[in-house]
Amino acid sequence: MKVSDLIKELGLTVHSGDKGLDKEITGGYVSDLLSDVMGNADTGMIWVTLQTHKNVMAISSLKDLSAVILVKGLVPDADTAAQSNTENIPILGTDDQAFEIAGKLYCLMNCQG
Amino acid sequence: MQFEYEIEGGNFSRAGYASSEVKKRLRQLNVDLQIVKRIVVALYEAEVNVVAHAYQGKMIVEIDEKKILLVLEDSGPGIADIEKAMEEGFSTASAEVREMGFGAGMGLSNIKKNVDHLEITSEVGEGTRVEMITYMNKGR
Ligand SMILES: Nc1ncnc2c1ncn2[C@@H]1O[C@H](COP(=O)(O)OP(=O)(O)O)[C@@H](O)[C@H]1O
Ligand SMILES: [Mg+2]
Repeated sequence: MKVSDLIKELGLTVHSGDKGLDKEITGGYVSDLLSDVMGNADTGMIWVTLQTHKNVMAISSLKDLSAVILVKGLVPDADTAAQSNTENIPILGTDDQAFEIAGKLYCLMNCQG
Repeated sequence: MQFEYEIEGGNFSRAGYASSEVKKRLRQLNVDLQIVKRIVVALYEAEVNVVAHAYQGKMIVEIDEKKILLVLEDSGPGIADIEKAMEEGFSTASAEVREMGFGAGMGLSNIKKNVDHLEITSEVGEGTRVEMITYMNKGR
């Protein structure tokens, strides 16, 4: 499944990084603790978080994540969005809280029919 | 081959910059992807520790056919009890830093899990030196 498929299926906003919308998603990780993501997320995952500062992009880039979803209508800081654009790692947005969007994501990727 | 990068204490918006430069170099040198993945975790955590806990530091990377040596040296408050600092969950990070998602106390254990050799030496009131080694033929 591609980032662009998720956007369509879940009605997500694209905050930045639109050149990366073709990236494949291998799974997801939900956490607001940076070391938790650093230690446990894996290449190609989509990261669901409420953190909006620039280290979100530093981590996404170092870990080769496919995209970030900001929950509860949060928007990326200006420098975060700028790095998302240069790295082509999209930052997406939803009004859902983490539980809701994670559930939808999980089902989209794992539930049959 | 040796590279060196400066790290500025307290500058969170630059945290991860040195690590990402090293990642690019390792990729250019065709270092095994699995090795790069592990090193990147250890490097970022060590870099963030300088940013979050020290005043000024540098990252030195030395590569040969057999191993990658990573050294982070800083001038800062140092670590009084290294064993305690290594415990998962132990952190002296401020509330402000924690709110940003740092300060989970998982950094040093992330480092330990992702390198073959880790040695921390520190002098209170002077600074800290973190030495990490990854062997090319391990860690797959
Ligand atoms: N370079 C450093 N200089 C001073 N203290 C450090 C340094 N690195 C780690 N520490 C100490 O060790 C503790 C644990 O580090 P770590 O496991 O990375 O957790 P965290 O950084 O999330 O607090 C820190 O809270 C800090 O007290
Ligand atoms: Mg740390």
